[in-house]
Order: sequence, then C-alpha cells, then structure tokens
Amino acid sequence: MAIEKVRQVAGAALPLRGDNIDTDRIIPARFLKSITFEGLQDHLFEDDSQQLQAQGRKHPTADPRFEGATILLVNVNFGCGSSREHAPQAIRRSGIRAIVGESFSEIFFGNSVALGMPCVSADHATLDGLMGLVESEPSTQLVVDLDRMVVAAGTQMFPITLPAAAREAFLDGSWDATGLLLDRFDEVEQVASRLPYLQWS
Amino acid sequence: MGATLLQKVWDLHTVRKLPNGQTQLFIGLHLIHEVTTPQAFDMLRARGLGVRFPNRTVATVDHIVPTRDQRRPFLDVMAEDMLSALERNCREAGVRLYDLSSGVQGIVHVIGPELGLTQPGMTIACGDSHTSTHGAFGAVAFGIGTSQVRDVLASQCLALDPLKVRRIRVTGRLGRGVYAKDVILEIIRRLGVKGGVGYAYEYAGDAIARMSMDERMTICNMSIEGGARVGYVNPDQTTFDYLRGRRFAPQGEAFDAACEWWRGIASDPDATYDDEVLIDAASIRPTVTWGINPGQSVYVDESLPSPESLAGSDRAAVGEALEFMGFKPGSRIQGTKIDVAFVGSCTNSRLSDLREAAKIVRGRHVAPHVRAMVVPGSQPVRAAAEREGLDRVFIDAGFDWRGAGCSMCLAMNPDKLEGREVCASSSNRNFKGRQGSPTGRTLLMSPAMVAAAAVAGEVVDVRELPEYGD
Repeated sequence: MAIEKVRQVAGAALPLRGDNIDTDRIIPARFLKSITFEGLQDHLFEDDSQQLQAQGRKHPTADPRFEGATILLVNVNFGCGSSREHAPQAIRRSGIRAIVGESFSEIFFGNSVALGMPCVSADHATLDGLMGLVESEPSTQLVVDLDRMVVAAGTQMFPITLPAAAREAFLDGSWDATGLLLDRFDEVEQVASRLPYLQWS
Repeated sequence: MGATLLQKVWDLHTVRKLPNGQTQLFIGLHLIHEVTTPQAFDMLRARGLGVRFPNRTVATVDHIVPTRDQRRPFLDVMAEDMLSALERNCREAGVRLYDLSSGVQGIVHVIGPELGLTQPGMTIACGDSHTSTHGAFGAVAFGIGTSQVRDVLASQCLALDPLKVRRIRVTGRLGRGVYAKDVILEIIRRLGVKGGVGYAYEYAGDAIARMSMDERMTICNMSIEGGARVGYVNPDQTTFDYLRGRRFAPQGEAFDAACEWWRGIASDPDATYDDEVLIDAASIRPTVTWGINPGQSVYVDESLPSPESLAGSDRAAVGEALEFMGFKPGSRIQGTKIDVAFVGSCTNSRLSDLREAAKIVRGRHVAPHVRAMVVPGSQPVRAAAEREGLDRVFIDAGFDWRGAGCSMCLAMNPDKLEGREVCASSSNRNFKGRQGSPTGRTLLMSPAMVAAAAVAGEVVDVRELPEYGD
C-alpha cells in the first residue's frame, strides 16, 4: 500500500447530535448483505432519516445544507454496538474524512483508523459550540489539524485529543497496518513457537 | 507484584512494539463468518497476500442462515452469495469451514467453545463484537472490523493499544428467578454503555465462581454492551471440566499439562487493577430493558424513568427512548403487552438457556396474540435439546422450533419483527431497528423471562410463577 499521511482535514461539517448512536443506526444490518462495501453510503442512517422524514423533519445526512461536508460532528460514544466496518465505510464513502466527537466506541475507532479516517475527541462545550455554529452557518469551514491537535473554525481554535499511537499512525501514514505487521515475520513465528497451545493442536 | 490474566496473555502474545507505540499482538485463534470477511479476502487478493496461518482460522455460517428452510441454494440470493463466497474463500485459503452439513454449525460464539477451540490463555479475534463471549474461558477475546480481519488473515497479528483492567466482583447469592443475564444487565446499567471503553472487564467474586460456563459466557458476551471490548473470567475447575474431552481440547496427559498452564495464566491474587467495582448479587432482581440501548433497563417491578427528573443529555436520551418505544414516563414495564417472543442469540441460546425457558413453558401455552420462537445456538445444542425432549415442550406450547443461527437478534435473515411489534428477547441489543423492523421494539431479558412473557402475552415477573415459590 502506498503511504498516505493524514495530517489535516479541512472542509464543511455535518452536525449529528445525540449520544450512543450505534452502528445499527449508522447502517442497518440488512445492508450488510453484500460481499462488497460498494454503495453503502446510499443507506447511511437510512432508517433514522426515513423516520424523521415521516415527521416532516430532516436528518442532517439528508439535509442539502450539509451536502459535501468532509467533517462529521458527533457527541458521546459514537459508533457503539456491532463491530461492522460497514459503518465507518458508509460514512467515509459519503465523503467524510474526519470525525470530531466527545467520545467513540473502541471498535468503531479502530475500524476508522484502518480506513485512514481520524476520530478525534473534544469536550462537550466545544462540540456544542461547533454544532451550533455549523447549524446556523453551514458553509463554515473547519480544519482538523493533527499536527497542532486543534480543530479550527476561522480564527477560533479548540484543543482535540487522539491517542498517541493513532496520531502517529496518521502522521506517518502507517494507519494501514498490514505491511507493518508483515515486516518482521520471523518475530511472529518466534511468538507462535513459544505458545504452548499451538503445540497441542 | 502480581499480574492480571490480561497482562499475562498480552505479554505472551506480544511480537513487538510498533514504531507508533502500538503493540503487535499475535492472535491465537481467528474465528470468521460470512458477513464480515468477503471484503477482507478480496483485499488480500488485491494485495497479492495469502493466509499465513490457515490452521488458526476457523469458519462457520450464522448471521444470514435461514432458520426454517435451510436447504441450498437459499431462497435469498444475497444470502446464498455470501455463503458461496465464504465457501470459496475457505477452500482457496485452506481454512476449515463448519457449514450446515457439518453437524456442528451454529453461532460462531457458541461453536468455538463447544468444539473446544476456545481455550484459556488464548488471544481470540473475530469480526463480530460479541467475541468477548470467549473471555468466559480466560481468553482475551475481542471483536474487530473487516480491515483487521484482513490483517489477521495476512499476518495472524493485530496492531493494538493496551487495555486497562476493571475487576467487577459479584458476591453473594442470586435470588430465585435471577440469572446471569440479569447480572450483566445490572452491570451495564450501573457502569453505563460506555463505562467500559478502554477497559477489559474481569468478572470475579463468588457469584461468578459458582456460575456454569454457559452463564459466564452470557456475562462476557455482553461486555461490549457496556463499552468493554474484552471481558473475561479467570479459568478454574469449572472451565477445565467443560473443556475435557472436547474435539479440539488437548487429550489425555496433554490435557493435564494444559490445566497446569491454564491455572498459571489466571490473575494473581496480588494483581493490581486500574479500577474495582463491587456488586451485591442478592440485590439484583429480574431485569428488563425499556429503551434503545442495553443500559436503559429497570427491575421488572420498577417504574420507567421520567425525563423531567433528569438533566442535560440524560434527559434528552430518556425522552428519545421513551418516544421511540411509545412508553409513558413513570409507567410500569410489568404488564407491557408483547407481540413476539425470541429465545436465541449468542447471549442465551445454549442448552441451559433452553432448559430454563422450557421449565416455564412446560404444560402451558403461548398467548394467542404472540408468535414465539426458539432458535438453538448450534446444531449440537439443537440435537441435545431434542434428546431431552425440549423440542416437544416448546412445540406443544406453541413455539416454533428452528435451526441454528443468529436469527432475530439482528435480522439479516428471514426472522424479523414487523412494524411496531414489541419483542421479548433473550438477545443482547435493543437498538432502534435492530430486530429488522425500523420501528420494531425490543425488550431484553433472560430466557426464563422471555418464556414467561410468551405465555402471559405481556411482561411478567418470573418470581411470581409457582416454580419460583419457596
């Protein structure tokens, strides 16, 4: 794999309010019935969107004001539940390149790293402020900066956090781990040779 | 200073520290199924990579299998495509596949332990968040996404961050009608659905020590619903007794040597923990979820919360959940009418779960307005239940008796809720739309509570049935 460094993501944002938004809501299970990830973006938040539409409301992902956004803004424990990579795949295929949230489920976070899509954290006040800003002015341009560890909106800057290893992986382009894991395969074989249970079977 | 099981297993499987600070961890057992792997095999092909340890990956089919008519080709063309892809990929890579004709097919988290593949001290990964189930054996087991499945196939390794350990000690006796399911729902309610993020949960205490392997699996299974990717119980005699004689367990003298090693992998008495929580088993009552995440639960004799009594995001979350469920603030969960009863899923579809449900159902009948089904977790569970005549008990009571699979837990197969149906379910997730209808509603509870609800046609307290009297 070619090394692709992720230092900065800039663009318009999509505010998605709510805690504990699970991966079944992001991409309902019936859309996992496929042997590829192609077209998943067409079903992103499909059930949530349709239910809001029935009430005469719009889900942010179906709101033309936020079309073309590259940064997703979320609240607490985003992506909890099922480990389906289809969830971050659908988000990324819809054009999102970074997610700023109060917190993320661990599996979702790891899956997003593997796609080169950083999930960075900021506090509640920051998210609330950024969401409010984008809701009132959808053309607001944000910058998620992994070098300086800030999210910027115009001249305003807010601190973000990201575990050190994940940050390194984005900055040095090692977020696609396969090559790295195969790098020193003799060491892998050494570990395998000292595991007693591999000798039993 | 002593070490925890997590620390010991982690160290034993560490290949090296990666330049970015993560650990390269060797994966001792890789379990795969049809839903989260076809793309991983495609990625390998695109990169010209093969499967490095094909004998350390084991496959079965569970999510998409129909539970009524399992003849091939499946009527659902997409489901057939997915199973065909798995068959092709396993054949090409030399990976064992336990399919419908194997006699041991079933939910991946049921058959791993059943076959003795799951053993103490292993690292186990699977493209499914309920992989934490295998922690019941003292393995470090966790769910991964498809790109990570690719990594394990390619290298038998993952790049991971270390976890902290929270010991949750459950002490004392569980009351009558209170099950492992109630214990884990209690833990999730108390610690929250994200309380476990960054942690492995070590379940300990005399109440856990007295539990069977089936019960421990129920507890570990739902660790992820509390945010903990890993949950485990230290291996003990109960673990060893379960494993003895299983197909892939060490045999003869090797088994005794294995027990010695397994004992040594348990957390040391003087191990230190990043956090500790104490739970009084006697205080737990039969629990039912009323909302849209597994932390939103009450004891069956409690009232639902009112958003007015809460502040901030809690208020919004409770309000949203009550609205979706169509429940009134402060109302009782007991007496809630149900439309569907589902006994199954990787949480509660083992023989002991079916026995508990059958105890309640025997000599009674499902309420006329309820459709009820029992879906054994595996072909061996189904066969064992039939040897005991449990199938007759369920069928006579008006339940459907099905083939093994994930079924209505996630509805990637024909078993689904319709419209706004309310389902009393022994599964693990009550997320919006989880059981196949975008507006369907799920009430999570123990298999005994599901059986009681099926008969009554509404949520009841199993403790009020004569079986649970003194």
